[in-house]
Amino acid sequence: MLPVPLGHYLTVSAILLVLGIFGIFLNRKNVIVILMSVELMLLAVNLNLVAFSAALNDLAGQILAMFVLTVAAAEAAIGLAIVVVYFRNRGSIEVEDVTMMKG
Amino acid sequence: MSWTLALPEIVLSCAGMAILVLGVLARENAFRMASMFTVGAMVLAAVLVMAGVPGLGYSGMFAVDAFSGFVKLLILAAAILAVILSMDYIEQENLRRFEFPVLMLFATVGMMLMASAVNLMSLYLGVELMSLSIYVLAAFARDDLRSSEAGLKYFVLGALASGLLLYGISLVYGFAGTMSFGDLGRLLSDKDHASTGVTVGVVFIVAGLSFKISAVPFHMWTPDVYEGAPTPVTAFMGTAPKVAAMALLLRVLGGPFGHLLAQWQQLIVLVAIASMLLGSLAAIGQKNIKRLMAYSSIGHMGYALVGLAAGTPLGVKGVLIYLVTYVFMNAGAFACILAMRRRGRAVEGISDLAGLARTDLGLALWLAVFMFSMAGIPPFSGFWGKLFIFQAAVSQGMWALAVIGVLTSVIGAYYYIRIIKVMFFDDSAEAFDARPASLSVVAVAGGLFTVLFFTFAAPVEAAALAAAKAIFG
Repeated sequence: MLPVPLGHYLTVSAILLVLGIFGIFLNRKNVIVILMSVELMLLAVNLNLVAFSAALNDLAGQILAMFVLTVAAAEAAIGLAIVVVYFRNRGSIEVEDVTMMKG
Repeated sequence: MSWTLALPEIVLSCAGMAILVLGVLARENAFRMASMFTVGAMVLAAVLVMAGVPGLGYSGMFAVDAFSGFVKLLILAAAILAVILSMDYIEQENLRRFEFPVLMLFATVGMMLMASAVNLMSLYLGVELMSLSIYVLAAFARDDLRSSEAGLKYFVLGALASGLLLYGISLVYGFAGTMSFGDLGRLLSDKDHASTGVTVGVVFIVAGLSFKISAVPFHMWTPDVYEGAPTPVTAFMGTAPKVAAMALLLRVLGGPFGHLLAQWQQLIVLVAIASMLLGSLAAIGQKNIKRLMAYSSIGHMGYALVGLAAGTPLGVKGVLIYLVTYVFMNAGAFACILAMRRRGRAVEGISDLAGLARTDLGLALWLAVFMFSMAGIPPFSGFWGKLFIFQAAVSQGMWALAVIGVLTSVIGAYYYIRIIKVMFFDDSAEAFDARPASLSVVAVAGGLFTVLFFTFAAPVEAAALAAAKAIFG
């Protein structure tokens, strides 16, 4: 049995996920904060996977966590590249300025 | 170890890396050469898919069956059409970089992996390989503010959707104890194992995948990204990834979670109704034809979901036939949209089509065919797709859903037919530039498929039924 019960891990992970989602929607300032929120969400999932993996005594969850870490790195690289391209065209990365197209 | 199961994907990935090397080594014309090789590699992969032997491999993570074969052929056809569409546009817009077709190729590999995924892990990797490539494609016109904004919006919302999908995967894994579709199906056939945690996980997975098919609560990105992305990328995004994500939704809900039908059916019904309504109502006021196509695609995905909501092999057959007709009429319509250029500049307004019938009757006729087909008017292919879908819904007693579908398609017919009215009865605007042969080829191919679909509907129907039976029931 885990020294810390599974429920605690799931609670922390759910809180982190909700923080990540709110970070994306409530943040009106900076696109970089959105990238950080995305990372937070993926790390919440990783915590979930690792906790379940330990509780179930099954390695699949930890293997998926490895894949998620790798994909998160690729995603961060692509996200930052797009933000740089956007900044060069717009001269700002404020979320409120991302409004060229509407309707 | 039966590694040959993934031969089409392996060949395609190796070809992608070889094209990257060749692109660096080539002195000039690297873009055109890379495009040609990409088309060649995709044709080769399609041949290998057709020659594929059914089986389960890679520790039960990768399956080849009638369903995956059907979907992969459709994805490859859509991707080949998109690469052909992009060749001349990219040169005219001065975006000549050989990475463009290679990114499409890697997105296609991801989609093929999605079609074959029978484990939550391979599902996630397929989705990410597809999405990461398409984020870059959407922002490919890097000196264009609209394109980079489209890439940014697609990236942020796409990353959110992957997060939700992944959270759902972790919940299903934790509460069911396995990621394999086969084991999940066996486990969940016993009601005691279908805990609340699993149901919540399924809802998260459906939410993540709904984003990829732009079904209604998760559609916000679609109009902006469709409008901002370079038009060939829009054509690509509107066809192949939709097919792959819809196929994945069919396989996930039909296979491992087939026994939870009661739980996910209401969800799918709700999403389908909302998508059909929004797709038909919001498109009415649009002035930009790419935005109009975005709302049209939201509506089409709503109709396809009606077949899934029926929850029978007949319904899945309907969805697959609908996707086949959708891919060809969409590719053809985008070929016509790409032909809208005046004095070397692309135009996107619906008013720019005014009087097209007098300046270029061929283009106007083909576009009219696609619009009639999307509106669901017989004998074009769009009608048959809708027919099979509504038949499946009615046979399950879902009359309300079928009636709403028919009503929204009547509303939708208004804005499709408005385009035809603008082309044939409005005063002539200036003629478009001469269009390259590649666009004519795709428009005629898509058009002939759309017009003549009823003559070869039987073999398509038989293949779709075999594919549906492989995953459902």
